[in-house]
Amino acid sequence: MTIKATFLGAVATLALGAGGALADPALIYDLGGKFDKSFNEAAHNGAEKWKAETGGSYNEIELQSEAQREQALRRFAEAGNNPIIMTGFAFGSALGEVAPDYPDTKFAIIDMVVDSPNVRSVVFNEHEGSYLVGMMAAMASESGTVGFIGGMDIPLIRKFACGYAQGVKAVNPDATVVQNMTGTTPAAWNDPVKGGELTKAQISQGADVVYAAAGGTGVGVLSAAADEGILSIGVDSNQNYLHPGKVLTSMMKRVDNAVYEAMSQGADLETGFNVMGIANGGIGYALDEYNAELVSAEMQAAVDDAAAKIASGEIAVHDYMSDNACPVQ
Amino acid sequence: MDFLTLLQVSDSTVRLATPLLLACLAGLFSERAGIFDIGLEGKMLFAAFFSGAIAAVTGSAWMGLVAAIFASLILSVIHGLASITFRGNQLISGVAINFLAAGLTVVVAQDWFGQGGRTPSLTGAARFNPITLPFAESLGAVPVLGPIYRDLLSGHTILVYVAFACVPLTWWVLYRTRFGLRLRAVGEAPEAVDTAGISVVRLRYAAVIICGVLCGIAGSYLATALQAGFVKDMTAGRGYIALAALIFAKWRPWYALWATLLFGLLQAVALRFQNIDLGVFVLPVQFMDALPFILTVIILAGFVGKAIPPRAGGEPYVKER
Repeated sequence: MTIKATFLGAVATLALGAGGALADPALIYDLGGKFDKSFNEAAHNGAEKWKAETGGSYNEIELQSEAQREQALRRFAEAGNNPIIMTGFAFGSALGEVAPDYPDTKFAIIDMVVDSPNVRSVVFNEHEGSYLVGMMAAMASESGTVGFIGGMDIPLIRKFACGYAQGVKAVNPDATVVQNMTGTTPAAWNDPVKGGELTKAQISQGADVVYAAAGGTGVGVLSAAADEGILSIGVDSNQNYLHPGKVLTSMMKRVDNAVYEAMSQGADLETGFNVMGIANGGIGYALDEYNAELVSAEMQAAVDDAAAKIASGEIAVHDYMSDNACPVQ
Repeated sequence: MDFLTLLQVSDSTVRLATPLLLACLAGLFSERAGIFDIGLEGKMLFAAFFSGAIAAVTGSAWMGLVAAIFASLILSVIHGLASITFRGNQLISGVAINFLAAGLTVVVAQDWFGQGGRTPSLTGAARFNPITLPFAESLGAVPVLGPIYRDLLSGHTILVYVAFACVPLTWWVLYRTRFGLRLRAVGEAPEAVDTAGISVVRLRYAAVIICGVLCGIAGSYLATALQAGFVKDMTAGRGYIALAALIFAKWRPWYALWATLLFGLLQAVALRFQNIDLGVFVLPVQFMDALPFILTVIILAGFVGKAIPPRAGGEPYVKER
């Protein structure tokens, strides 16, 4: 009861506060929360960057439960916020309901496609970034065997795996890519113990670089790799700092850039299908003080060259989700 | 399959069986005293979170272990209160504990560390590190037995050895001490124990508390030995597999060891060889994951021996109506 009362109070305050600032952008974080060191935090960073550069202000809310999705959307829309940005595919159905009711408000959804005239659907070319880190894995590997550990076995994760394998083969056609999925249920996103065991199993098969695209399970992969003295590759946001000197790089989805761009366009947000890839800075790999010693100048040059070629269309990385098949194994 | 692969799979089996074994023995104590406990999963999860959190804050894995046991004990006492003192339904209390742990850990972790329901990564003394048994390196050169000693027996964390030591200890306590006899009796015929002038309530609380301690160690093993920190829902159903192992083991300590090792082996094989090609057809990895439950159902159906639970299990003891 008290929780409900507090919550209602919080929403009321939020609505009042938002009412005063007309046409400010609003940002809704998914259940992971604003400071999840990953996806949502990247969105927050993008919003802060926009705020620092333009001096504008924005409203935000961290969801606490599934039931709040539609409520939060409607609150912000009623209060006149424009555009309203949300992070995560889970908003898909709620936005599908709400968007037609507010034709004058622009919405942006990340990682999901919602077909409505006032919605901008931002999706990422994860296969391109996976290709780049695959190249780096093949160059860093001494054994000629590299590993991939996915979370739940869904087409999106196979897209990561397929891009990665293509990158590895581009550098070393004889390389072996050991691929494992953690499971077939959502529990596979949060089983670091299984992730760690899979890593050890891949190490015993000769892998000396592993790429984890597995949410919370990836934490277990990275720590097992660090324990066993091999290199790992993080995903989504920059995870190099988790094990300094042990994480080769991270495949970055620049959610911050997507949010920044959406906020910059303001109420004139360009709607429709927005693909973030290497060409427009939506996908990249992480290079910072934690992995500077691991990435040689030669490696960096090769990867940057490949990135330029992907951007120009000279190299076409196959997207698994386009035909549910991967040309390389 | 060559010798080295066999050794690696066995090593992985030991690591994966340890939390199952601890949870299984925990359940054994509780159920032998007549208290069904499906809250093993929740207790492990709660313990895993507190061991991860306290180890991260204090930098000591041992403090984490103490916190884990304490946290697990709190849930045990709640289960005891509900099912012994207030004579509630033991299954419902267990389910409630699982829900409570799943929700509370994430909420507290988010509020405490602000990392989306995780605890910070642990390093150094904040984790239980592998112990190298004496002469492991020098004996490693001996053929066959050397690598077994070096790779399979040595190089685990202290909690693994504790877990395996708990098996003979449990056997001794249950079958060779007065306390053990009374504990088993209270699960079979509490009225007989009561007639003898021994407190049923006190014995059942003792069993539930031992269960809490063992679950605490299991949770701590997951978060601070096997992994470097707590992640949301990290027990991933291991409490339920431990329950299956308990039935498979027919509520006996040594059988519990073999059952959990078998289930650990199934997991290790599933992780090492996904989709096993038998020549005739391909065995999908999902089948291996489901095998512990399938085996338990076969046992329960009475195909392989008979699994008879403690007779007074699940029944609250009413002294007089």
